[in-house]
Amino acid sequence: MIDLLTFLFWNLLYFAAFVGITLAVVFPFYYAVLSSADRSGERTASGVFWNIVFWIVVALIVLIAIFPFYYAVLSSLETGTQLFIPNYLPQSLNPANYEAVLTRPSFVSSIVNSVFVATVTVVAALFLAVTASYALARVRFRGRGLLLLTILAVSMFPQIAVLSGLFELVNWLGIYNTPWALILSYTIFTLPFTVWVLTTFMRDLPVEIEEAAIVDGASPWVVISKVFLPLLWPALVTTGLLAFIGAWNEFLFALTFTITETRRTVPVAIALLSGASQQEIPWGPIMAASVIVTVPLIALVLIFQRKIVAGLTAGGVKG
Amino acid sequence: MTTTISANPERSRGRETSLQSQRARAAFWFLAPMLVMLFFVAAWPLFRSIMFSFTDAEANDIFTGGSEWVGFDNYLSWRVRDDGSIRWRGVLADADWWNAVWNTIRFAFMSVALETVLGLLVALVLNAEFKGRGLVRAAILIPWAIPTIVSARMWGWMLNDQFGIINDMLLTVGFIDSPIAWTARADTAMIAVLMVDVWKTTPFMALLILAGLQMIPRDMYESAKIDGIHPMKVFFRVTLPLLKPALMVAVIFRVLDALRIFDLIYVLTPQSEATVTMSILSYRELQQFGDYGEGSAQSTLLFLIIALFVLLYIWLGRVDLSGERSK
Amino acid sequence: MNHKMKAAALRVSALAMAAALVAPAASAQGVEVTVVSGAVGAAVANFDALVAPWEERTGNDAVLVPMPASTTDQFGQYRLWLAAQNGDIDLYQTDVIWAPQLAEHFVDLTQVATEAGLIEQNFPSIIESQTVEGKLVAIPIFTDAPALFYRTDLLEKHGREVPTTWAELQETAQFIQDAERAEGNGEMWGFVWQGNAYEGLTCDALEWVKSFGGGQIVEPDGTISINNPQAVQALETAAGWVGTISPEGVLAYQEEESRGVWQTGNAVFMRNWPYAYLLGNGEDSAVAGSFDVAPLPMGEGEGAQSAATLGGWNMAVSRYGDQQEAAIDLALYLGSAEAQKQRALNEGNLPTIQSLYEDAEILEANPYFARWQEVFQTAVPRPSAPTQGDYNEVSTLFFTAVHSVLSGEEEAADALEDLEADLEDVLE
Repeated sequence: MIDLLTFLFWNLLYFAAFVGITLAVVFPFYYAVLSSADRSGERTASGVFWNIVFWIVVALIVLIAIFPFYYAVLSSLETGTQLFIPNYLPQSLNPANYEAVLTRPSFVSSIVNSVFVATVTVVAALFLAVTASYALARVRFRGRGLLLLTILAVSMFPQIAVLSGLFELVNWLGIYNTPWALILSYTIFTLPFTVWVLTTFMRDLPVEIEEAAIVDGASPWVVISKVFLPLLWPALVTTGLLAFIGAWNEFLFALTFTITETRRTVPVAIALLSGASQQEIPWGPIMAASVIVTVPLIALVLIFQRKIVAGLTAGGVKG
Repeated sequence: MTTTISANPERSRGRETSLQSQRARAAFWFLAPMLVMLFFVAAWPLFRSIMFSFTDAEANDIFTGGSEWVGFDNYLSWRVRDDGSIRWRGVLADADWWNAVWNTIRFAFMSVALETVLGLLVALVLNAEFKGRGLVRAAILIPWAIPTIVSARMWGWMLNDQFGIINDMLLTVGFIDSPIAWTARADTAMIAVLMVDVWKTTPFMALLILAGLQMIPRDMYESAKIDGIHPMKVFFRVTLPLLKPALMVAVIFRVLDALRIFDLIYVLTPQSEATVTMSILSYRELQQFGDYGEGSAQSTLLFLIIALFVLLYIWLGRVDLSGERSK
Repeated sequence: MNHKMKAAALRVSALAMAAALVAPAASAQGVEVTVVSGAVGAAVANFDALVAPWEERTGNDAVLVPMPASTTDQFGQYRLWLAAQNGDIDLYQTDVIWAPQLAEHFVDLTQVATEAGLIEQNFPSIIESQTVEGKLVAIPIFTDAPALFYRTDLLEKHGREVPTTWAELQETAQFIQDAERAEGNGEMWGFVWQGNAYEGLTCDALEWVKSFGGGQIVEPDGTISINNPQAVQALETAAGWVGTISPEGVLAYQEEESRGVWQTGNAVFMRNWPYAYLLGNGEDSAVAGSFDVAPLPMGEGEGAQSAATLGGWNMAVSRYGDQQEAAIDLALYLGSAEAQKQRALNEGNLPTIQSLYEDAEILEANPYFARWQEVFQTAVPRPSAPTQGDYNEVSTLFFTAVHSVLSGEEEAADALEDLEADLEDVLE
């Protein structure tokens, strides 16, 4: 009981602190963003000041986000004892680790596998979720809230708890050791997520555009594909990207449901990198592999990022 | 003065019943594939997991049967020791379990709060128009993109007391006099875990919030600006209310993930008392000890706790689940 | 280097399971035997060369399925596959502590191993560790045991002897650490080991307890012996190192972190496995050529002795595999002197066959093997045989209790008393 009280006390304190931090950090900053967005206007002293603040914050965010990655690149170029010594700039440019990783015949195939599994998972999840979220967001029927909660409940069990059940399912379907085993099992966490996010965004779209389409005699399918989809691009791309990364990084199912080296995915392939002996951890190759597998994801973001900022501004829809 | 764009079509008066039922039928067919898929994948594993929690199943007999029904013994039971004293057993009588529950809740609370604040901040930056925005957006996503098993190890390395770069930095700057064993000490282990989790998952938050920001029509701001409304006021009266649905759903999924946190802690501070979580205990019980009865009981309790939190959150946050309450 | 596997052979497990029921391999001619093993670099690279003579002789094919190096991950996977009676995998490479936990899924190899003469050639303690209720569940293929690594240059410089007791070690470590720091070597530590809460700590702590004559947690006859004064003393001694001769961070160290400190020249002593010997003499190592190994120190009091936890790997034949006959043959081959010698020469693994420690060729390639023969005299098994399926839980309870003593959260006496009650709960 005392335990509970102290616990509540501390958490309330934390909460107060967070509210404070939020007010202190976010709002002045928001002000800065709005002011700096005003750059077309006259260059007032305060405008310049906020502009500087803005760029400092951008630099900080980028620095924090990529420093560990930078450090991984650094480490990937080092070997042996060098790895145990902290440094900030490259001490050597030794591609040995990259060679070691890329010459493993199964590593490249694991990237191909991951791309395939993650892509199919995301496409399937988005397809199923778009139609379902249309129904959940735009059509009135009883028990919608309960249905949404049930869908969410699927994601509430720890992954390890559903492992043995899924293993049986996969065996029963005869898809053990195929990419389909992974695609099937990944829907357990991608589908609830995509359905919920898309439902939320779909619900917020203005009613007028749908009404106009319906008046023109459009079927629900046409409403979804011709009217909503173009407006939903930011949400689609964002959820797709997040779900893609989720599938790309999944480890436990991938390890359990595949057995052939050529069927394995990237996280398992990385875990398979090993030192010469049991206790040694091959830092250099692991870092090199991480760098290699992060690059396709960065490319993906760069390709799709335009779509993230498309959406309503492009549609020119009146609110 | 809230400008409403989130009205529902059915709110409009004078809808004909035929149209209504046609839409309902369409809705059914739109929902069906998703529900069938989800049921197909999830029903058996979830059902099984709950069933196991009432049996004495061991890893060796989960596929062949042979386990016995033990009622609620995995949750709570007792035995009499040789000296006549009573010893309580089962998950609910396990001090480690309660320690894990508090750890998990503390972790979830703090990480989600920090990630929301920082995610909002990052999203606001990315929503502004500036040169190189695409690159910044890609850079932001890197922490989320690196597989957890790798980033946790990487951070473990960076936080190491002897050859870690974080200690090196803090020492150089002069914040500390001697290196800190971040992941080893009970009082810093949780901070280390929080730090890494915030670093890793803020992009997730930021991206979802950004999508929410992008869905707010630009002309809202324009008209507010023309009216000369103070930006702070715009933030509270326009941005935040319109952002709320996206924010809420992002927070729900973060809470869900945070309460189930496993891999990061499993790699970074394995089995440290200060950071052990419910999922870790459950993993240990199922995968290492092979005790499917107790492990499933833990998973089921975790499920119930998460469900409780989500319901509480939806209720307190007035999340509009059914869309009936639209303004 | 070509360890690519033939995907075609790995059938969908449901089908394979059915096949396993129908007929075990009719003849051992030209079949494919699947071996699953933790992917350790040298072993993966050497696998094809290792099995080549066997493949030639029998006309069969041995295929390797590598697994992540984490033994905990492997164990969970293997048990899941075995519980599902997966027929895809014929041979499992198992850790020394797994045999009793998975015994029911493995074929009894006692007879074939006796016929092949393996029982008498191996160290008796190793054979014993793989025997469950009179049944030999796995054939040892190589072994492992830790030793005390010490810096010859530093001991010589400060005029100290190699310690044989923990008290001596503490004194020497403290002395050299202080002296070196006074000379400006501020990062020097006396002793590094593995204090993270994981299986490795069970190994470390078992050695302390055993070396103080405090038993081995659970005795072979099943008695829970851990709550005794010598064990308390052992843990108190170890707790006294943290923050004095060992960095506080040692509480999060596994093997690699200790090696990191050691190999950058920042420790006088280290407790570690043989792998650190090879790497420590690597070209880029700061301690290359200036260190040696000795058996771990002993404690004091009645029954004090030097103790080294027994590690090592074995080959177990699945009862559900498609190719049982050929798999048994391959297991016997991998455990034979021929294969063990090949492994010792190419992978640096310690053989389990006694005579190989006198083999001139092996000693020439790995001179340090001679040192380990001494270490094996003091090898002590972890209590996996008496605890069977509960071993992992017992070990977890043990290292958690030890960790809380080391970090100062609990008194050793209280922790061990609680541990005793917890162990009763698990084992009764």
